[in-house]
Amino acid sequence: MSNRVLILFAHPLFEKSRVNKMLVNSYPAGVTFHDLYEHYPDFNIDIEKEKDLLTEHDIIIWQHPIYWYSCPALLKQWIDLVLEAGWAYGPGGIALKGKSVFQVITTGAPEHSYQKEANNRFTIRQFLAPFDQTATLCKMNYLPPFVTHGSHRIHKEQVNEQADAYYFLLEHLTNNDPDLEALKKYNYLNDWVKENQLS
Amino acid sequence: MTSDFLSQALVYLGAAVICVPIAKKVGMSSVLGYLLSGIIIGPFVLGFIGKEGQDIMHVAEFGVVMMLFIIGLELEPAAFWKMRKAIAGFGFSQLFGTSILLSLVFILMGWQWTTAVSGGLTLTMSSTAIVLQTLKEKGLSHTSAGQASFSVLLFQDIAVIPILAILPLLATTAVVADEAHPSLLSGLPAWVQTILVIAAVGSIYGIGTYLVVPMLRVIAKTGLREMFTASSLLLVVAVAFLMEMVGLSPALGTFVAGVVLANSEFRHELESDIDPFKGLLLGLFFMGVGASINFQLIQEAPMQIATLVLLVLFIKFIVLFGIGKIYKLNNDQNFLFALGLSQVGEFAFVLLSFTGQLNIIDEEWIGKLTAITAISMMTTPLLLLMHEKFIHPYFGIKEKPVEKPGDVIDEHHEVIVAGFGHFGSTIGRLLRANGIAATILDNNPDQVELLRRMGFKVYYGDATRIDMLKSAGIESAKILIAAIDSPDINSTLVHTVRKHFPHIKILARARNRFDAHDLMETGVTNVYRETLYTAVQLAVDALGELGFRKHTATRQGQKFIKFDEKALAKLASSRHDLKEYALNSKDEIAIQEKLLQNDLLLSFSDNDHSWDSNFVKEAILGKDPETAPTK
Repeated sequence: MSNRVLILFAHPLFEKSRVNKMLVNSYPAGVTFHDLYEHYPDFNIDIEKEKDLLTEHDIIIWQHPIYWYSCPALLKQWIDLVLEAGWAYGPGGIALKGKSVFQVITTGAPEHSYQKEANNRFTIRQFLAPFDQTATLCKMNYLPPFVTHGSHRIHKEQVNEQADAYYFLLEHLTNNDPDLEALKKYNYLNDWVKENQLS
Repeated sequence: MTSDFLSQALVYLGAAVICVPIAKKVGMSSVLGYLLSGIIIGPFVLGFIGKEGQDIMHVAEFGVVMMLFIIGLELEPAAFWKMRKAIAGFGFSQLFGTSILLSLVFILMGWQWTTAVSGGLTLTMSSTAIVLQTLKEKGLSHTSAGQASFSVLLFQDIAVIPILAILPLLATTAVVADEAHPSLLSGLPAWVQTILVIAAVGSIYGIGTYLVVPMLRVIAKTGLREMFTASSLLLVVAVAFLMEMVGLSPALGTFVAGVVLANSEFRHELESDIDPFKGLLLGLFFMGVGASINFQLIQEAPMQIATLVLLVLFIKFIVLFGIGKIYKLNNDQNFLFALGLSQVGEFAFVLLSFTGQLNIIDEEWIGKLTAITAISMMTTPLLLLMHEKFIHPYFGIKEKPVEKPGDVIDEHHEVIVAGFGHFGSTIGRLLRANGIAATILDNNPDQVELLRRMGFKVYYGDATRIDMLKSAGIESAKILIAAIDSPDINSTLVHTVRKHFPHIKILARARNRFDAHDLMETGVTNVYRETLYTAVQLAVDALGELGFRKHTATRQGQKFIKFDEKALAKLASSRHDLKEYALNSKDEIAIQEKLLQNDLLLSFSDNDHSWDSNFVKEAILGKDPETAPTK
């Protein structure tokens, strides 16, 4: 069993992003990489084309940096335009039913600042609630995110480790039928990779 | 026009046309092809031309004069300054080392020191034509060996000038004034002549800067291409003539003139005007050399010639290899560098004929040295083949060419903008604001002058000419922006470029749908109609004035552009059906009609449901008559 994986990549200043560059430097065969800011520099999204892409894939990845506790504007535009009523949700909106979606995100701040007591006051999972619910409304499986924290100060070796982990995850998703319920139990998909990468 | 002249021309041109392509096929440079054809038609093989070999040399030496003019043109002082360390280091040590060793050899053979030194200096030269062409063909121009070779050759080319000035000082007998060229200076002592050389060079600089460039601007304004060609030739001929009047080397004069004009906007244009003449006359010169190789001398002393050839090659190789070691070239590169430059170059022919006139070296040895030079040239392809087959695999590390910005004398950018009027200049400014330098071609001299004052690198010239495009660097450029005002000329440009330089990406300006069709037929996909984007922008603003929300209107505009470009591509394929109409206006109306028919089926806003809450309501709750949309 194999899955077709679609990476919807949204980064308005990709040329200056150290971490994201490394993360998408290589991905396994059979993964489609779709760079939204490169395709729609004028925000004029081709809705039909995007719907076709979604139809052709089983696992969708929203890969983006966290800006102001959410996604960059063009990905929000994409969600607004592409997930149409009667197609993605609502009566007859079953185009995405059963597909899986998760986010691959980078944050400037370290992990410990995303706590109730710390300066960001909420966890990453709490901030991602709108995406979680968007996926759920479209009858998709929302999986935990794959997160790279502290992108401002992270060392090259750590970025490499993250890139390897991401590649491992993509390869696993491409070639296997993942146990979704098991995956949903993790806080971050990074934790699942740590447990499985070594064995 | 005597039949004699015609038969001569027939022989020379015929030989060249037959031999040069064959030489190219075998992988030799064109220089060798010309030499061989000269040998074949010369007195020792077919005997078509006998003594005339001497007579044509006068005309043919003009090729060398033009070559120096072009070398001068290509020497942009600023770029030259950047490379000064490499040029001085590599170039000077090569010239100095090789000429000293060679002079020693001649002294050991019992020559007088003056003769020995002039012989040594002559054979020090390597062949710019052969080496640069070979490096370019093999894609080695940017390796360290390529850069080193370039430095040495450039230094030699420049060194020819002082050598030509020094040679009269080495003459043991007074210079016999040539009957044909009465010289104003003959009879003056040698040191006065040397001072006058320097003075003459200074005067060329002054006249070139303050007289010639303004004059060229006036001529450029006439807009007649042949006038420009005529004035380029006139310039070269006049400088050469002046130099001969005062008994100096014409080559020296034109070289300086070239350097003076290298910084003017007419650089590319002059280059491409002179180039064909240069090529042919140089070819003629090499043929003359080939014809005048004295095989009798070679037959009489084959061992002596062979030994000398090997000795010269060996000495040049050793010196170059040593320099490469000092400058830490790796072995593989060093072999390439030293073997590549081991031949004696075409300037040796020039210097030899000059020393012959000055009676520094006697006629027999002039003949022998000419033969040695020609033979050494023929060894280069073999030596490089050897390098490729045996030496290179042995060291086995192919050095990756390192692109060093600013090391290349030619100033070639990735982008060429043709036409710098209102349209092109906007493009150029936006590119420049993002740090992208472009090579700009324009044929309006006033415009060019203004832009140059504003600090743009603009060249005056006709962009539709292949040679012009070549000298602007189209072979190494990535993008050509065709932005010429006249749609016809712009279309000619696109057609030419598609045909001769298919590798380059073209972004083309079109006035209207027609031009766009025309350009699309050449296979260009990036076509920009002047009328489309501005008209759409106006329509969008009009919708705004009528009360549409600006964002909605803008999105409609974007959609319309996409739709229209699709429609245009579709029509482009069916355009030939419409061609029965003889008149463009009819044609235009037929196309309009088709487009408007298609538009009838078009209403963007009807199937645009984005952010439309009424639509969402209907989709989720079903039709609700009370909240029916009032569109």
